[in-house]
Amino acid sequence: MLLITSNHNKMKRLFLALLLTGTVATAAMAQSAQYTEAMTKQTADLDSSSTFNPDALQQKGNTFERIADAEKSQWLPYYYAAYTQVMQALMMKDKSQVDPVADRAEGNLDKAEALNPKSSEIACVRSLIATARLTVDPMTRGQKYGAAAAELLQQAKTLNPENPRVYMLQGQSLLYTPEQFGGSKSQAKTTLELALEKFAAFKPESSIAPHWGEPYTRMMLQASQK
Amino acid sequence: MSSISRYLYLFIFTPLFSLAQSKISGKVTDAKKHPLPGVNIALKGSYDGATTTADGSFTFTTSATGDQVLSATLTNYQPLELKINVSAGEQLNIVLKNAVNALRVVTISAGSFEASDEKKGTVLKPLDIVTTAGAGADIVNAIKTLPGAQQTNDREGLFVRGGTGYETQTLIDGMLVRNPFYSSLPDIPGRGRFSPFLFKGTTFSSGGYSAQYGQGLSSALILESIDLPERSSSSVGVSVIGVNAGIDNLSKDKKTSYGIEADYTNLAPYFNVIKPKNSPNQGPEIIGTSVNFRHKTSRTGMLKFYGYGNWTKMGFNSNSLEYPGYTESFKLRNNNAYTNMTYRENLGHDWHLYLGASFSTNTDNINADTLLKNLTPTLIKVRSDLSQTRVMFYKNLGRFSVLRLGGEYQYAEERSAFNGNNANYSDNYTAAFAESDIYFTPSFVGRVGGRAEYSSVLGKMNFAPRVSLAYKVNNYSQFSVAYGDYYQKPEPQYIRFDRNLGYMKATHYIVSYQRVAADYTFRTELFYKKYTDLVKTVPSYNNNGGGYAQGVELFWRDRKTIKNADYWISYSYLDTKRDYLNYPFRVQPDFAANHTASIVYKHYLPKITTNLGVTYSFASGRPYYNPNQPVDKFMSDRTMTYNALGLSASYLTSIRKAFTIFVLSVSNVLGNKQVFGYHYSTDGLRRDEVVPNVPRFIYLGMFMNFGIDRRQDVINNL
Repeated sequence: MLLITSNHNKMKRLFLALLLTGTVATAAMAQSAQYTEAMTKQTADLDSSSTFNPDALQQKGNTFERIADAEKSQWLPYYYAAYTQVMQALMMKDKSQVDPVADRAEGNLDKAEALNPKSSEIACVRSLIATARLTVDPMTRGQKYGAAAAELLQQAKTLNPENPRVYMLQGQSLLYTPEQFGGSKSQAKTTLELALEKFAAFKPESSIAPHWGEPYTRMMLQASQK
Repeated sequence: MSSISRYLYLFIFTPLFSLAQSKISGKVTDAKKHPLPGVNIALKGSYDGATTTADGSFTFTTSATGDQVLSATLTNYQPLELKINVSAGEQLNIVLKNAVNALRVVTISAGSFEASDEKKGTVLKPLDIVTTAGAGADIVNAIKTLPGAQQTNDREGLFVRGGTGYETQTLIDGMLVRNPFYSSLPDIPGRGRFSPFLFKGTTFSSGGYSAQYGQGLSSALILESIDLPERSSSSVGVSVIGVNAGIDNLSKDKKTSYGIEADYTNLAPYFNVIKPKNSPNQGPEIIGTSVNFRHKTSRTGMLKFYGYGNWTKMGFNSNSLEYPGYTESFKLRNNNAYTNMTYRENLGHDWHLYLGASFSTNTDNINADTLLKNLTPTLIKVRSDLSQTRVMFYKNLGRFSVLRLGGEYQYAEERSAFNGNNANYSDNYTAAFAESDIYFTPSFVGRVGGRAEYSSVLGKMNFAPRVSLAYKVNNYSQFSVAYGDYYQKPEPQYIRFDRNLGYMKATHYIVSYQRVAADYTFRTELFYKKYTDLVKTVPSYNNNGGGYAQGVELFWRDRKTIKNADYWISYSYLDTKRDYLNYPFRVQPDFAANHTASIVYKHYLPKITTNLGVTYSFASGRPYYNPNQPVDKFMSDRTMTYNALGLSASYLTSIRKAFTIFVLSVSNVLGNKQVFGYHYSTDGLRRDEVVPNVPRFIYLGMFMNFGIDRRQDVINNL
């Protein structure tokens, strides 16, 4: 009986121990599962057209900021917050609001960069921020931010020549810059085709790592062939 | 999976699912109860939260319990955190306050027009100066389209609010520029010497300016040079009047840059085709060169050097008014050099240091003669050298307030020889100033300062108090007032002959209102300026002159109403009288017009990347001296009104890899007759109109800029 009792107690303790460790482990796993789940959900529709309006982008930017601030040690949510915010800035009609939003995006991107230095993806978003600032006043800002945007893309390319978003953004710049300032539809086409090749070969590090841009590249390629 | 482990699994997870989800909802507004959409509501430490909708409301659920911290953030607003009890289920009413950032705080604005890329809410951008039609890319000509400045196009300088050109001082990075204009010939004003592309900020103060600057009775033109260039580049320019070339080299670490520029201007070929009223007898020919060096000494430190050298040769023949049938010859050679070195650094504890040193020298050799009439030619040689140093400390007090303390020392040598007779003097000028911008609230600022000066040649001291206040009514509108005393030494040509002269003095009173929105700017200013101790030359040199200037000015700029177009309108009403030099009593001086107006219109045609500009300027007639009038009618005659319509077109393109601009500009397109005054012969029997030497100037030029940044080429080659 004693033995049984003791066995029973052992069993009980074991069970409790199991239960406890299990709970702890599951909590940790749950945390990361929660992260992966939330990030998967938020990044899944980044390329969808329903995301591309200022309100939806702002909402997404806010969500990424909440995830980023809760996690603190993950660079991706800061990166995506910056990305959605700069896209929001680029779509704004009231140009006087571009700089404050770009500042916010830049702040998030700085945090991402501190956690993940020398990232080609981060350099791409930084280039987008320069482009957004340029749109506020192209006449006076063109020289400064145009050069900065191009230089950041070059940096992004040096960091990872296989990153399709580098070519996509270079193509975009070639497509929308007036020919007098170095734009060219034919060069845009070549660059965007190269971007598509890179997209086809590109394997994101994980399901939530940056993978946006392919549908938009196809759209731009069509525009460049007109 | 065995049934037991499935059971375990369920057992472990069930509590999570069975926990009650609390609902949190509320509404966010600004201080004026307007709903705020887009606010990020977050429960700290969790992913839970929401973005407020168009009516400012939000709702979300969370599994958190008990006391939690809720944060609300929105761009341009101060972030807010509040403790809430999740289970309480109350409706939250959150009010966000405007973020007090530099964009929204009030700034001292009375009397000053600022052109800057960096600061928001400025009236002009540096590019606006370059693209103003009729201004010929001259800073001062562009500023003449702003209220307060006169259209005195027969003499050089900025004539502001009833003041002479001498009463406006030009400063580069805080250092005085003794000869900001090319030496002029009689009735032909010299252009500004400095290219507008050198500066990132230009402030035109038509009165009430800061105690940091002195020796300008009316106005200050404050130029701030650019720091490091964006990239290395080289440039060439060709125009109907000359050529220029330059390089700008930025080091790889982007901490050091240097630039060299040279230009050559020769108007003789142009004048062979389009004959001026008075034909040139030498030149006009200008050789200019400039160098700059900029080095970032630390994260916050900056050392800048700018040097400029210039050789001018010009002269004209004109029909003699004094001796009919004879020809007057006037020849001028000018050598000018200006150097400016500044250093600024953050000293820590919110203290900043600014140091400046400058040396400049200017020599004019003038030969005036009546040809074939055996008179002794007049030979004038004037040389002025100026060495100066300036030191300033400033300390940030709180977020926006600042205290500035500084001093200046200038050593001037003024030499002149008139047919071999010398009249030289030197002056040691010292000044100290203290000034503080005090923000009582982010929308109410006061600037209080004073300046004390001593000039050895005058042997006198002065103290000039200055006060400005500005109050921001809302995000767009603000009221400002300014008061200040301004002292200035008499012009060298008077001090040369009488050392007992004292400072001239002006006291400014200004009230202004401005409304600056993203797409338009409205400004109006009322001013009263009292002049005392102006120099008189009769009966002998004395300081018994005086006068006043008062008026109202309006400025309207609109960037939105017409698509791709931007225009501004300025109007100045000026009522001024003064008794100075040889005036018998107070009259409206010959450089002042009662009404002055300008319309500047710029239109961008994106399809052909061309900027079109039109500038129309108007001024009512100016008084002129007619010796045939009795003394009590002194200066009672008026010239005809002044009308000028200038056109410019600039086409932006790229040739090979060079960013290229073609510029065509035509001044006085309509060929309006412009008479600035009259010269009379000594006996008063004959007179000559003072008119522009070239009634209409047509300028055609091409400027190319090559980026020599390899990376840039790589991208273009993709």
